[in-house]
Amino acid sequence: MTPPAGNSETAILSVEGVSARIGGRAILQDVSFQLHPGEFTGLIGTNGAGKTTLLRVILGLQPASGRIIVNGSTHSRHGAQIGYVPQRFLFDPDVPLRARDLIALGIDGHRLGLPLPSRARRRRVEEMLDAVDAHAFAGTRVGELSGGEQQRVLIAHALASHPALLLLDEPLANLDLPSARGIVTLLARIAKQEQIAVLISAHEMNPLLPVMDRIVYLANGHAASGTTQEVVRSDVLSRLYGHHVDVLHVHDRVLVVAGEPDSDAPPHELAVTEVVP
Amino acid sequence: MTPLLAAAVFEPGVFSSQPVQTAAIVGALVAAVSATVGVFTVIRGQAFAGEALGDIGTTGGSAAFLAGAGPLWGFLAAGLAAAGVMEAIGVQRARGRDLATGIVLGAALALAALFLYWDTTYHSASGTTVTILFGSAFAIAPSTIPTVIALGCVVVGIISIVYRPLLLSSVSADLAASRGTRVRLVGACYLAGLAIAAALAALTVGTILSTALLIGPAATALRITKRPAFAILTAAVIGTTAMWVGIVLAYDSYYWPPHGHGWPVSFFVVTLILCSYLGSSVATACRMRRTPTS
Repeated sequence: MTPPAGNSETAILSVEGVSARIGGRAILQDVSFQLHPGEFTGLIGTNGAGKTTLLRVILGLQPASGRIIVNGSTHSRHGAQIGYVPQRFLFDPDVPLRARDLIALGIDGHRLGLPLPSRARRRRVEEMLDAVDAHAFAGTRVGELSGGEQQRVLIAHALASHPALLLLDEPLANLDLPSARGIVTLLARIAKQEQIAVLISAHEMNPLLPVMDRIVYLANGHAASGTTQEVVRSDVLSRLYGHHVDVLHVHDRVLVVAGEPDSDAPPHELAVTEVVP
Repeated sequence: MTPLLAAAVFEPGVFSSQPVQTAAIVGALVAAVSATVGVFTVIRGQAFAGEALGDIGTTGGSAAFLAGAGPLWGFLAAGLAAAGVMEAIGVQRARGRDLATGIVLGAALALAALFLYWDTTYHSASGTTVTILFGSAFAIAPSTIPTVIALGCVVVGIISIVYRPLLLSSVSADLAASRGTRVRLVGACYLAGLAIAAALAALTVGTILSTALLIGPAATALRITKRPAFAILTAAVIGTTAMWVGIVLAYDSYYWPPHGHGWPVSFFVVTLILCSYLGSSVATACRMRRTPTS
């Protein structure tokens, strides 16, 4: 829709004309966008818009047509290039992993053989504990941590292998507002400091607005991407949804509201579900 | 321990008896192998698959008896074949897991019913059924020890090679797959290890009770340790202790009523494992009460 900032040479991730079908149903249709180093991008859409599918396509876990280029290569499995935090993930309290053990698995969890003690490995774990401010609970079992603490440990796990791209699937779901704010600030800082591209999916864009550099908005399998000013507009989103959509600015918040002119159905909110505190 | 008490616990001849020595050696080896696999079985929530692979040993064990071969080979062949079928029809998918396991288990036990019937009618060996189902640690031939060592090394070798990918994919298949791990291949390696471990456990405590040895010490260890390697070591110590104490008690029970008939080793071993699990549950509950979670 809108031309991407920068050129494709500097892009960490290029999604080019990606379409995906699951069980005969078209989930994604001709989705294209790019991510650049240090950018914090929100992947926004209602539940079922295809956010998780798109992330799985980028990871090479879901077959799709089109091209996915990560750091200049089109391999289907990018391994250590991409850090990933899956959706709605909570550890069982019985899992015998301390926070620091899970982070260590982020460094070499894909390697064969027994883990040998190594100074470099221990140092990287300490760096990651610093980065997500998790020293206080480094020795606690992951299953005994709160949701926000588990998210921070998972982010450290995903970052431990020095990825160029970090994908997070609905990391703010099930978090209280202060924890969600903490995670968003942390991710924005990491994106700038490490010069990695962060793509974070959410059904609610408001918590991301203060830090979001760019937005990829998914609806009906199609995507619009650009800055929030370019994308979160009535004309762009109406075209995406295929019917009239209003974008309302209330204080510092954005509400996307669907009002179908030729129906008696009352206007209903899209993409925004946050309860005003 | 005073000599008098020691004499009361350790009946004369317990340490010099050949069957006791063999049972103690095999028991310790099997407990260590079970611990290595069992910790992953508990993390993966595949206790039912472990139970099934043990139970299916009944089919192999009864067939081996018909053919005049050692029961261990029957346990092993049946377990590995069943693991292969379970893998093929989708035991790795969380939703297909119980279904695949249940279907294979039912089919195999139907065969076991036939083989056990033939065992008892053609060979009039009614004791075979009890031996296969509930084990007979004192009946293990000393010549089995090298085989047990070799199979144990295979299992520990498999788990050592896939240790990190297996750990990560057991905690979350998505996390492992996103790093390029072949989750299904790793799962298949683990399942082969589980089949061999279940066969070894069946040799000591019988096919029906083999899960107790696989799951019990591992589940106890996972409650009281925070790290996977420690959990495996702790489970091995619990399993070996239960095995050795069970063997001594079973030897002693020769003098308990009915006089002159020892109680089964597997009864003592599994009871001790259950007690250790209940003990760890009480300890965990007490710890939780002391430090209430916020």
